[in-house]
Order: sequence, then C-alpha cells, then structure tokens
Amino acid sequence: MGETAGATPRVLYCRCAYAQVVPGDVKDAVLDGLARSSVAFEMVPDLCEMAARRDGQLADIARAVDPARPLHIVACWPRAVRGLFHLADARLPDAGVEILNMRAETAGDLLARVGLDVGSGTGATPPEAPA
Amino acid sequence: MIAATVPPPRVVLYEGAGSAPLDPDVRTRLLAALLDRGYAVTRAMPGGARREEASSSAFVVLGRFGGAVPDVHDAAGRPVHVHDIGMSTVDEAVALVEEARAGRPMNRPDAGAATWKPWFPVIDTARCTNCMQCLSFCLFDVYGVAPADHTLRVENPANCKVNCPACSRVCPEVAIMFPKYHAGPIDGAPVSEADVHREKMKVDISALLGGDILAKLRERSAEAKSRFSKERSADAALAERRRCLTKLADAAAIPREVLDALPTPEEIERRTAEAARKAAAARDAREHATGRAVQS
Repeated sequence: MGETAGATPRVLYCRCAYAQVVPGDVKDAVLDGLARSSVAFEMVPDLCEMAARRDGQLADIARAVDPARPLHIVACWPRAVRGLFHLADARLPDAGVEILNMRAETAGDLLARVGLDVGSGTGATPPEAPA
Repeated sequence: MIAATVPPPRVVLYEGAGSAPLDPDVRTRLLAALLDRGYAVTRAMPGGARREEASSSAFVVLGRFGGAVPDVHDAAGRPVHVHDIGMSTVDEAVALVEEARAGRPMNRPDAGAATWKPWFPVIDTARCTNCMQCLSFCLFDVYGVAPADHTLRVENPANCKVNCPACSRVCPEVAIMFPKYHAGPIDGAPVSEADVHREKMKVDISALLGGDILAKLRERSAEAKSRFSKERSADAALAERRRCLTKLADAAAIPREVLDALPTPEEIERRTAEAARKAAAARDAREHATGRAVQS
C-alpha cells in the first residue's frame, strides 16, 4: 500500500437516479467516459437524496475542496447544486469548484471540461498523470 | 420513508496497488448497476487514496486482487467486506454487494412504489430575503427557522408533497427551487429579468378564489354540508370541494392528489395560523438582531 495519500475526490458525479429530468443518454455517456478514464471519482445515486438526509459525505466533500486541485461536480444546474449542499449544512466554496450541468450540456463538452479527451481511440485520458 | 432507511451505502471499486484494473466495459456496467440500485461508489486509483483510506466509510470493497483478498477495516475498526470480482460477472458482483448489505433497509430508485422520490424545496440563499411567505404558505411543516440566525431553512424535506411546487409560486424573489422539476427557473436554471417581472406581477392565488382563500374554503364547505344534509350525498360534497380547488390547482401547478389530501378547512386555518406565528416570530427576531447590531 505505497500509494500517495489524497482522498479528495476530483470528480463527483450525480446519477440523478430518482428522476428522469437529466437526459439519460447524457448521464450514461458521462458515466462511460469517466469509467474509461484513469481518474479517481466519487459517484452518488442522487445528490438530492443525500441533501435531504443531510448526509455527512457532502460536508466532507465541501471541506476537502482545494483550489489547487479543482473539484468537478457533474450534476445539474449550479444554483440547485449549491443549494443542495447548503441544505446539507455543507457550504461549497466559490473557488476550487466547477459545477457541470448534464441538463444543459452535451456529454462531450462535459467530459472535455473535466479534462478528459473523449476523442482518443483508447478512451479518456486523465487531466494529470497519477503520482 | 427516508427516516427508516440507511444513507446510500458506499462501495469502493479498488484499482490501486495490489489489484488489477477492471475491464472498462465491466466497470461501466457495474457502476451503472450499483448507482441505479441506490449505492454510492468510489473509484480508488493508483496515486489516490490508500486502500485503508478509501474504505474508511465503505461497507464493501470490490477489486481484482488475484485471489489474495486483503483484510480491511473501516475508520471504526470494523471489518469491511472485501470481494475479489476478478472472475465475477456484473450481476454476480452486484449480488455480493446486496448480500453484504444484509437486508438493511435503504431507499432505492428501483423499488417501485416503495421508493421515496427526493422532492423538496431548495432555497437559493443569494436571492432569499427571509420574507417567510413560503413558511406561511406551506401546510406540511416543510419550512422552519434556523435557531442561530433566524433565517428560513428547509427543515423537513420528507414532508413535502411529491411533484408539488406550489410554494415556489408564492416566492416573490424566485428563490425556491425544486431540482427535479421539469422546467426553469424552478429547476434551478438561471433566473431572468422576465422571471422576476412575472413573479412581481403574479396574481395573488387567493384572489383567484375571490379573496380570502380560507374564507372561501369555509364558505364552500358550509354550502357542501348544507347540501349534504339536504341531499345526503357525500359525492356531491366532494365534487364541490374539487370544483372549489380547481382554480388553485391550475394557478399554482399543484397536483390534484395534493389538493385531495388537504385537511379540513378548519385544520388548514389552524396550520396556517401556526405557520404565520412562526414566520412573524422569525421576522421579529431578525429585526431585533439587526437593531442590536446597528446600536452596537
């Protein structure tokens, strides 16, 4: 177990599993792009459900935000996502967080903004090489 | 309901040192299968968390360990289920996770009628002015007041009536979102000038019923009771109540099931008075706190 530490998730993906408001093809393609990449990620079934529970994982994620290693939250409208974290007593800082919207953007654009090259033959590549 | 279930259990897909990466197709299908059953998943990679760190709040660790399954404990020192899925299909890997859950009740997207859809208001604190109109309006105790700063908060999200966005319609600042609503700005989309203008010009819902909504409901209820005594028809009374509420439903996009489930007019009046008392107390406390701050 000699890997360098760094449990902070760089990518948080919300499946929005309890509703059909996020286009299915977009969330499936983003999931596939992330799965084929070599980045670490955190995936949750539904941010709304976690916020309603005031799930401590959201506070952990908010606390661990580091502007030097931006956190990409791939979910829905940024205004809603920030409100959900606030509801869970987990205020997201302004710096170091980029909220990507699967309701309004294409999967290709979203993956590119995370730093993944979806056009390569071997699938996505990580934004930075692991240590 | 949500209180009777555990938070989404976290599965760690461990692909760090001491394990081999999963086949990409298998990884994609496994992730989708777990998420769609309500599990959270962390993928731990080389250069990321150590296995012990990654599993600190996990209940299952999955990986291709080549038969050498390690002992792993969570942050509390409890053993974590670790499974080698090198030879497993996606369905078999999911079955291992389900088995490890040992029947603990969880909310699941695939549970049909037993699923709780996370539907509740979310406040845009950048827009909310703490006018407390939503708190006064809601009959289901969804809203409350934060004791520390007397600001509005969503206190009981699970009390909210699924698919009912009515309180967002009474907010003059377009500050109430329902992230699972189908359209903006209620879904959280940016608020335009036109949205704000529309809210300011919004017709008072109670005016749609000819003035005081409670008075109107009481009046209709009395009329229905009178007719009931003459005609002895419960169906007629129910139909009258439905007619009375039709305009309200259309104006505020309130699902019919919510209106049908409303309590009696007397109970509505009691709850409204209680909500209004809470809202007034919160406004007073905020004004008092503001006054003290100015004096000092």
